[in-house]
Amino acid sequence: MSSNAPARAATTAAATAAAADAEVLDVDGVTVRIAGRDILRDVTFSIGPGQFTGLIGSNGAGKTTLLRVILGLQAPTSGTVSVGGERHAARKGLIGYVPQKIQLDPDMPVRARDLVGLGLDGHRFGLSLPRRGRRQQVDEMLRAVGAAAFADERVGQLSGGEQQRVMIAHALISSPRLLLLDEPLANLDISSAQEIIALLDRISSERGISVLISAHEMNPLLPVMDTVVYLAGGRAASGTTSEVVRTEVLSALYGHHVDVIRVHGRVLVIAGGGDALDIPGLDPCAEPGPSR
Amino acid sequence: MTAILNAVFAPGFFGSAPVHLALLTGGVAAFVSGAVGAFAVLRGQSYAGHALADISVTGGSGSYLVGISPLLGFAGIGVLAAAVMDMVGIRRPRGRDLATGIVRGAGLGLAALFLFWDTTHTSTTGAAVTVLFGSMFTLSPAVVPLVIGCAVVALAIIVILARPLLLSSVSPDLAAARGVGVRAVGLMCLIAIALAVSLSALTIGTILSTALLVGPAATAMRLTRRPGRAAVGAALLGVAVTWGGIVLAYDSFPWPPSHDGWPVSFFVVALTLVCYVLAQLAPQRRPAGRATPAPAETGRSGAAEFRMGE
Repeated sequence: MSSNAPARAATTAAATAAAADAEVLDVDGVTVRIAGRDILRDVTFSIGPGQFTGLIGSNGAGKTTLLRVILGLQAPTSGTVSVGGERHAARKGLIGYVPQKIQLDPDMPVRARDLVGLGLDGHRFGLSLPRRGRRQQVDEMLRAVGAAAFADERVGQLSGGEQQRVMIAHALISSPRLLLLDEPLANLDISSAQEIIALLDRISSERGISVLISAHEMNPLLPVMDTVVYLAGGRAASGTTSEVVRTEVLSALYGHHVDVIRVHGRVLVIAGGGDALDIPGLDPCAEPGPSR
Repeated sequence: MTAILNAVFAPGFFGSAPVHLALLTGGVAAFVSGAVGAFAVLRGQSYAGHALADISVTGGSGSYLVGISPLLGFAGIGVLAAAVMDMVGIRRPRGRDLATGIVRGAGLGLAALFLFWDTTHTSTTGAAVTVLFGSMFTLSPAVVPLVIGCAVVALAIIVILARPLLLSSVSPDLAAARGVGVRAVGLMCLIAIALAVSLSALTIGTILSTALLVGPAATAMRLTRRPGRAAVGAALLGVAVTWGGIVLAYDSFPWPPSHDGWPVSFFVVALTLVCYVLAQLAPQRRPAGRATPAPAETGRSGAAEFRMGE
């Protein structure tokens, strides 16, 4: 964000000020270059209040990097990110984050409720004194995500779906405006994945929180997504699913012909040769992305 | 009653000045090691703790050459090694093991040299035994302020950083996203580990000091699922096994084969092991309202997910 060209910084500053009220997340011209390779190139999109957005792309498309840029864990080579109008460190307080599947030691003496409590004050120094208000807040959050039944279990001993609920509670308890989830459906069976999606959809609409969820498979998200950000070869196309998930748009994004086929409410993206297009490293030097 | 008391505490136990000093320094060292050890185990840094203990041999043996308190040697070299391990790349698990191994190897090489000089050039022939196996009964009272100082610093670090340490051991990314300086917090934790290991090195020796770091912590974690209780429990357990070891060592003076007592370090480590094994045998308590045990690593998805739909 810091290495933005001056002329551009001036215009984006004005744009950000104008968009601050409207957009919860504003990603503008973000490029990330690591070791001479563009991981992300000129990615631009925004998310409004309470919107449910899928960040779709194959493995290696740059989804995790983009989430890390939004979180402020990775500085972009150029471009800006603002959350709720905040461009700098202050935006961290406005984001709830659920990282990619983490390995937790089953013997770790941390209960589900401890982890949720850390979402409230885990960054603070000193010991947390047991306050009734804090406990109530944690209990309430655990109930809201359906995790009350295993609140006193060690988090490392919970199943994948249960851990996701606890992580979501951890992310939500600080009342963020934006919830970022990195591949929360990976390693979940179909029924738990659907339960997690339904939970996120409910939270998003009930609490007016914007949700950005990364996934390599978009079909489970189709019923709940308001908008989609499709990443391929480091470039992004964004809009509603009917705007983005189309043969012309995705072909231009991938840089060669792909077919988008809709069958029984499911979307299949198929490469020209007929192979399913779930492979990274497609020509990143094609012409710039469409729909922007 | 008196007979039982006399059987447990051999006559003269409560009147002996070396015993008082041992109870104090041993207790303080064990308390700090237990509390800090809970975080070391939680963060998967028990290998780092082990390496720091090995490296402290260098400081201990060096301190005899220059004539300073061995605790200064242990702590000084330990904190230095912690900083080097952090610089070399302790953050990534793989880099961490490599960095730890390299620093440890270098430290032990120097320790060999210093111990050789201790025995050949200076007349401190007992240095090797003292450094390796501790000197709880032969400590000088002058060391007490230094012991207390190291203990206060180590405890202050983990009390102040308790929550960021916990959060970053669950997931460094998660902690960083909340604005925690993950690297700085990790370095401070490593320094606390170095100090704790130094204190235990003084009392039960560098070779065995990790037993007090890891043993009580691992035992406490088995018995409680709360992080705070695990740390306090480990600290108290450490004190209990140390004091128990001192009592047994004092009792052991008339024992065979040599009739001049068994080393206190042996008893401390033996009691630590007994506690750990007993804790492993103890049934895992399940919280009320959830009859079925959480499924093990393998059979997780199916059964567990079903229950969520209820």
